[in-house]
Amino acid sequence: MADRPVPVKDLKLLDIKLGQLPGWLASRNYSPMGFVNGYRRGYNRFYSKYIDVKKGGIGGIAMLLTGYVLISYIWNYDHIKHERWRRYH
Amino acid sequence: MLVRLVLRGLAPAALRSLAPALSAGAVHVSRPLHTSQQHLAPLPPLPETGGKVRHGVIPEEFFQFLYPKTGVTGPYMLGTGLLLYFLSKEIYVINHETLAGLSIVGILIYGIKKYGGNVAAFADKLIEEQMATLTDVKDSMINSLEKAIEDEKKEQWRVEGRHYLFDTKRNNIAMLLETNYRERLLTVYTEVKKRLDYQVAVQHFMRRKEQDHMISWVEQSVRKSITAQQEKESIAKCILDLKMLSRSAQAAV
Repeated sequence: MADRPVPVKDLKLLDIKLGQLPGWLASRNYSPMGFVNGYRRGYNRFYSKYIDVKKGGIGGIAMLLTGYVLISYIWNYDHIKHERWRRYH
Repeated sequence: MLVRLVLRGLAPAALRSLAPALSAGAVHVSRPLHTSQQHLAPLPPLPETGGKVRHGVIPEEFFQFLYPKTGVTGPYMLGTGLLLYFLSKEIYVINHETLAGLSIVGILIYGIKKYGGNVAAFADKLIEEQMATLTDVKDSMINSLEKAIEDEKKEQWRVEGRHYLFDTKRNNIAMLLETNYRERLLTVYTEVKKRLDYQVAVQHFMRRKEQDHMISWVEQSVRKSITAQQEKESIAKCILDLKMLSRSAQAAV
């Protein structure tokens, strides 16, 4: 199954080999419009895969809420650090 | 017809060549339009179910990703190990929010397991109704358009018979002309006959009048020419003739 060689910058992050990572990072578009486009792309991929279906399950919203919980924990970790039970781990 | 024009105009190659001409308008277009592949066909239908998610939060692709190397229990071992690591290093701190979070998650799971099916069925019913109305609209529109096509074909078939109509009209007009012509002919004939009859009647009348006049004039002249003398002589002669006739009549008897 040898396809035509696709240029590195068009591949998704999970599809590239480890050696191509620097090249891939260098070929990304880091302008503000690039970030907006990247966000749009990611959102559309998630949306069309998990939410925009005829019989969607709990997974779509549950993943979003779980991500929200995790991100809010990470952002508040400096504050939660002070409630640790032991000083040395 | 306009749809055909639009579809023809949307051919990408043609539109790319049209792009420079668009800059003549009020909006200056600096980048070429419609360079991606145009999907003119109807959109593909929505997929039936979304991506698979295990335990509600972890996509199935993760399990498949780890399956070749670690088998079925790999991701669960990874999860357990990560959890113990976070707990022991207190990257995840146990505090009052942990209890609240566990309670909330427990209630959520219980609620979803109990009422998830009902909610899904209700949502499906709503969607079914919407789809039914939309399909009705689409079907009725298709039907009406097909009917319009049928009617159009019928009209086209009718057009073929237009020579009948024109022949009939031509015949009607010819008959009208003929009738009119004959009526006028009759009028002419009657008028001419009337005038000729008049002339004939005038001639007869003149003739009769002349005859009468001549007869009366002759009678008058004859009466005038009979003098008294001749009248007496003629009366005497008549008497003599009568006597002779009476003698001959007596003799015969």
